[in-house]
Amino acid sequence: MQGPLIDTLVRQGVSRRSFMKYCATLASLMALPPAAGRAMAQAMAAARRPSVIWLPFQECTGCTESITRSHSPSLEGMIFDMVSLDYQETLMAAAGHQAEEALEKAIEDNKGQFLLIIDGSVATGLDGAYSCIAGRTNLDLLKHVAPHAAAIVAVGSCAAFGGIPKAKPNPTGAVAVSDIIKDKPIVNVPGCPPIPVVMTGVLAHFLTFGSLPELDRLGRPKAFYGETIHDRCYRRPFYDQGKFAKTFDDEGARKGWCLFELGCKGPVTYNACATVKWNAGTSWPVEGGHGCLGCSEPDFWDGGGFYKALSMPADPLKMAATAAVVGAAAGVAASFANRAKKGGAKAAHETVTLADLEK
Amino acid sequence: MSASLQKGINALKEVIDAPVASYFSSCVHCGLCAEACLFYVETGDPKYTPIHKLEPLRRVYEQEYTLLGRLAKMVGLSKPVTDDELESWKELVYDSCTMCGRCSMVCPVGNDIVYMVRKLREGMAVSGHAPDGIKGATKRTVEIGGPMGLKWPAVANVIKKAEAATGEAINVDKPGADYLVLLSSMEIVNYPEYLEALVKIFRKAGLTFTLASDAFEATNAGIQIGASDIAKVIVSRIVNSAEKLGVKYVLSPECGHAYMAIRWEGPNLIGRPYKFEVVHVLELLDDLRKKGVLKVKDKFKDPLILHDPCQIVRRGGVLDAPEPLIQSVAENYIPVVDKQKWNWCCGGGGGASAIHTEEAEALRAKAFGIKKRQIEQAGVGTMVTFCANCRIVIEEAFDHYGMNTQLLGLTELLAEHLED
Amino acid sequence: MNEMQFLTWVRGPGLDIAVGIFLLGVLWRLIEIYLLGRKQDVAPGRHREGASGLHTVFRRSVPPPGMVKRSPVSYIGGYIFHIGLALIVFFFMPHILFFKSVLGISWPGLPSQFIDLVTVVTMAAMVVVLFDRINKPVKRYLSTFQDWFTWTLTFLPLLTGWLTVQHLLLPYTTMLALHILSVELLLIFLPFTKLFHAFTVFGSRWYIGKINGHRGVPV
Repeated sequence: MQGPLIDTLVRQGVSRRSFMKYCATLASLMALPPAAGRAMAQAMAAARRPSVIWLPFQECTGCTESITRSHSPSLEGMIFDMVSLDYQETLMAAAGHQAEEALEKAIEDNKGQFLLIIDGSVATGLDGAYSCIAGRTNLDLLKHVAPHAAAIVAVGSCAAFGGIPKAKPNPTGAVAVSDIIKDKPIVNVPGCPPIPVVMTGVLAHFLTFGSLPELDRLGRPKAFYGETIHDRCYRRPFYDQGKFAKTFDDEGARKGWCLFELGCKGPVTYNACATVKWNAGTSWPVEGGHGCLGCSEPDFWDGGGFYKALSMPADPLKMAATAAVVGAAAGVAASFANRAKKGGAKAAHETVTLADLEK
Repeated sequence: MSASLQKGINALKEVIDAPVASYFSSCVHCGLCAEACLFYVETGDPKYTPIHKLEPLRRVYEQEYTLLGRLAKMVGLSKPVTDDELESWKELVYDSCTMCGRCSMVCPVGNDIVYMVRKLREGMAVSGHAPDGIKGATKRTVEIGGPMGLKWPAVANVIKKAEAATGEAINVDKPGADYLVLLSSMEIVNYPEYLEALVKIFRKAGLTFTLASDAFEATNAGIQIGASDIAKVIVSRIVNSAEKLGVKYVLSPECGHAYMAIRWEGPNLIGRPYKFEVVHVLELLDDLRKKGVLKVKDKFKDPLILHDPCQIVRRGGVLDAPEPLIQSVAENYIPVVDKQKWNWCCGGGGGASAIHTEEAEALRAKAFGIKKRQIEQAGVGTMVTFCANCRIVIEEAFDHYGMNTQLLGLTELLAEHLED
Repeated sequence: MNEMQFLTWVRGPGLDIAVGIFLLGVLWRLIEIYLLGRKQDVAPGRHREGASGLHTVFRRSVPPPGMVKRSPVSYIGGYIFHIGLALIVFFFMPHILFFKSVLGISWPGLPSQFIDLVTVVTMAAMVVVLFDRINKPVKRYLSTFQDWFTWTLTFLPLLTGWLTVQHLLLPYTTMLALHILSVELLLIFLPFTKLFHAFTVFGSRWYIGKINGHRGVPV
């Protein structure tokens, strides 16, 4: 299905007007100047479908589910349809050798042009043998495909930061894509799963400007990961007032008070859930009454318990009893030594006479 | 002779106790004690900050009684206390500290600094770093009987005069008297009127007293220099004599550290409570006043202020007696701002008045500035006190500054105005 | 180590270690100090209302007559930063939650905005007190490395905590981790520096009150 994007959209019943509106919204979400919306619309409308190769590594397909299905038939989903997805195991009709041939062909046809999307972490243990496709390790495949890509988008926390496979004790030696590939632009779109609009936003940016959006230290698009969940949370006023739900079914929970005490990781989680929301803007975890898990942050799985408030220590009294006993023992030992010393000083005391006042 | 650094350190190790440890662990270097010390307030020199005067004691405490301090000493991070250092601290521990205890009153964490100075002096004394003046006074007290080297005949002379003046016989070594009256050398030499006043007052009260030929001297240079063993020898004279005579009370004279020595330190020096009670003369007078025994015929007219001696009031606990007594005899008593337990020292307590080096005397005169201002601000020509040592120091300062302020002893003032 | 790992470490093993050293140190030092003992005073005491160890423990919190005038910065600054620290440590909601999770008890907190203000005022007071230490001859004379070090140890948790809440300087996660780390440093050094007065102040006041109370002097 080649041809300008706008034609396809019109065929699918999307008006020009709503497309413009979408582009404007996208532009504002990404904190681009208003004029960028128009530029984006023009670029995207005229764009030919770029080739996209999607490699799945150690993953659960949740990211694919999120991006392809949950929004269907939303505009994001349709735009996604508009790229030429030349290799995507889950979605492609081809299987076996045909699929691998399709991959090689896509690389060959779009050398240096295609966008490489990866979900899942890269297993490095046992030379990568933990995760293979067609007898090839993920590690191998990545090293084979990546050099030819224009850019890489690491979708989901696993690809971006190693995610759950990397959680302790990390038996497969899972690492992030950026740990392996050092010489290609990489956009991290973390989340477990990530928000679809972030994907399309990155894509739109790539189509419009031919470049990747501005990224933060962790390689995330600043437009979506610039603020914490806590900063933009609609329950924030309750936090400031000190109103906290103490359990999931108490008065505070019913009144929609802050979930900080119930372990919400909003304050340390940079993501757009609070503004963009999920399922076409229907709701998001905190609105659903559950604290943020911090899924888009590195190593969120090892962050010390989902239901433990952030300011809470993991287990500070673990050593307390031992420390107290050792301290008391040291004190008592010191006291014995001190008393012995003082006793010694008393024993050494010779009655002071006038002669003792002079040298 | 036999003083040595080792003896000094050993003495410090003996006297360091839980309060000292707690105090040093609590000090936050806030420097507020300096603001309560007359030597700092009058000179502005930070070396006179009271807690700083205790530096050698603090080091010995840390090096000997804390694990970290021992460690620091072992690896050479904490230098041992030396003879030279103690010698240089002599001025801080004796010349510029009268053990007035005012610093202990203000420390926000509750450090009893004067308690620690008393202990540091134990180490200073036996390491040979006490000032010559106090050494001399101590020697005279032990060998002759009093810090000024007075012997019984001098006292007998005063007794004779008092008998002549009052027309009454004064008991000497009389068993079974109510009170054993003690004197301080300064009273014997400079203020013999004190004894006459007592005769009058005892007669009024219908009480009997005696003097003891083997225990007339109340002062105790041993506690000033910081030699408890010597202090014990001196205080034992009084205890033995009083218990031999079987008196009910021993009357401490108008002398600050004498009261401290006999009333508070004495039992601890000999290791047991006495078989008699120690009463300060002002406590007795106030008691008699309350009973209505002391009636004045007229009152002292000129405006006056009161100087509360540190060892009797702030450190001795005779807090309430002085003011009602002075009010009963003076028409124009003007209370000073810092009075009673907040009073400022005369500058010569704790043995300082016995130090006659040029520097010590100059410092003493300078420190008197605060008393001078008290007098000037009150605009009075008369000051009353009840400590023989304060009187000597204040008289010297009056001379130094050319002030013509009149200085009176409270007991004598009362006696003078009593009904006949 | 990324910022989340850093945070995880400081609120996990880091805090374990710090609390451990703190408890060890406090017990060790308290026993070492108070088991030195003292001689009983055998002189018959003089009873007087208000002259006791317990009275002095409380009375010493009030400035003696005339002293505020002599050293206003010490008293006013001292009061502000001590009270401020207490309010922040014990009445900021997240801190109360911390205590609740550790000790199982909780109490009502103060509004975050108020604590915010208290923090700024407390930091200002500490800075003023620091300048006083530099300016005042006595304080400068008495000051050793420990005085500057402990000031820093006390100031850092305030500063990092405030920056964390205000979302300034560094990302929240890093700032929170730094805040917890600074508190850990404070805990570790407290028993072995002059900061230990937080514990011994009660013993010291009690001793001086008791020793002088025996003579009937309420000090």
